Amino acid sequence: MLSKIKEMKLTVIPWFIPLVLLLGWQFFSWIGVIPERILPAPTSVFSSAIELTSSGELFSHVSISLTRALVGFLIGGIIGFLFGLFNGVFRIADLLFDTSIQMLRNIPHLALIPLVILWFGIDETSKIFLVALGVLFPVYINTYHGIKYVDKSLIEMGKAYGLKGTALFFHVILPGAMSSILVGVRFSLGVMWLTLIVAETISAHSGIGYMAMNAREFMQMDVIVLSIVLYALFGKLSDVIARYLERRLLRWNM
Amino acid sequence: MSFLSLENVTHHYFTKKNVTRALDDISFSLDEGEFVSLVGPSGCGKSTILSIVSGIMQQTKGKVLLDNHPVREFPGAIGYMLQQDYLFPWKTIIDNVLLGPKIQQKTSADIRKKALELLSEVGLKNVEDDYPDSLSGGMRQRVALVRTLVTDPKVLLLDEPFSALDYQTKLNLEDLVHKLLRQYHKTAILVTHDIGEAISMTDRIFVMEANPGRIAKTFEVPIELRDEIPFLVRRHSKYQPLFDKVWAALNGEEIQKNTG
Repeated sequence: MLSKIKEMKLTVIPWFIPLVLLLGWQFFSWIGVIPERILPAPTSVFSSAIELTSSGELFSHVSISLTRALVGFLIGGIIGFLFGLFNGVFRIADLLFDTSIQMLRNIPHLALIPLVILWFGIDETSKIFLVALGVLFPVYINTYHGIKYVDKSLIEMGKAYGLKGTALFFHVILPGAMSSILVGVRFSLGVMWLTLIVAETISAHSGIGYMAMNAREFMQMDVIVLSIVLYALFGKLSDVIARYLERRLLRWNM
Repeated sequence: MSFLSLENVTHHYFTKKNVTRALDDISFSLDEGEFVSLVGPSGCGKSTILSIVSGIMQQTKGKVLLDNHPVREFPGAIGYMLQQDYLFPWKTIIDNVLLGPKIQQKTSADIRKKALELLSEVGLKNVEDDYPDSLSGGMRQRVALVRTLVTDPKVLLLDEPFSALDYQTKLNLEDLVHKLLRQYHKTAILVTHDIGEAISMTDRIFVMEANPGRIAKTFEVPIELRDEIPFLVRRHSKYQPLFDKVWAALNGEEIQKNTG
């Protein structure tokens, strides 16, 4: 009984501040301290969400943004992971690729937006390309680092037991590098949203960012705020996914 | 006919500039079930001997024979227990213990049962599904012991396995390891810095000296001490005289080094 109450407290407390802010915001909008054209009340944001949902507009923008995020993340993540893996394991790959990757890594990928628009136009390809590029480096760095710094003596122990090749990799190297790899994944989920928001806001004809920019033309404050709230929710969602992965894959570390 | 024998084993370390003679003409032999120890100053090549016996390192000269065949012909015949346990933190206790059999593709219900029996024999019941991080240092070292024993090695090499533990745990584990090795009639070599440990656990003590590494003196542990529990050996009337002799042999070596 006592532990149940404690558990409930643990789930409720983190939401306390968001809730107070929301209520305060609503209250001050009601009494007119926050003018409607500066910041619309939560209720009007909510009603515009319902309106856009029933017209199907919201769903199409959200699903387009999510698809871009996911496809870009998978492409960039897989490429980054594979490079990290090969450069971490094979010395020749390390010598061949690492220097080049480190050089590319230091170019802010968002600086490439003008170039990317000229190359790919403002279609899906340009967004996915940018997201993939942004995601690639954090995953690469952390995979590479994780594999390079697996406890050498554990590798020796594995070898003493006759582990080699892929068996050594799956029993020792990959689990040893896993916590570092997941740090990369978590970080790159943040980069994923950031890149997508910027790319969609600057140049797009669909997606959440486009919805916000379009609303600005018509001074629809409630839609703009709705877009921002959506990004916050998706940010939280990717954090939940990252935490879930950590719990599953790093059970031994709890 | 001896079970394990080293014949004129010599080992050199080569660096770019010079050659160091790490081991010089080491010869000794063990009967099956015999338990010996190597004591000596740092750098006298104690651990090098173990590496050569285990086949990790190849000696420059000489032979290491197990049942009259080169030890390299018996993969998996040597069990190694080290100062650190090197358990894989991402594997449960039972998965750590059964890693050896799994790689040799010998996993079966029998070997799992044997592993669980050994675990309960060392006082670790119902921890098989835990992860190593939740165990204390002494418990982890006991898991490492079970991991070594479960593959049923012909020879056990113990390289200062108790030196990272607190004193109480160390004494308890000495008793336990001694009991298990006797019970399973295992041939073993212990490397240690602790003279008391060598006397209380083993049958014969080789005192080594450094530069070059060789066996300076051999002490037979009196028969009355051999089968006694290590903890009780330390209070036996024959313990202190032997301790003094080994101590003198070790320090004699040191003095020679200082004057020469």
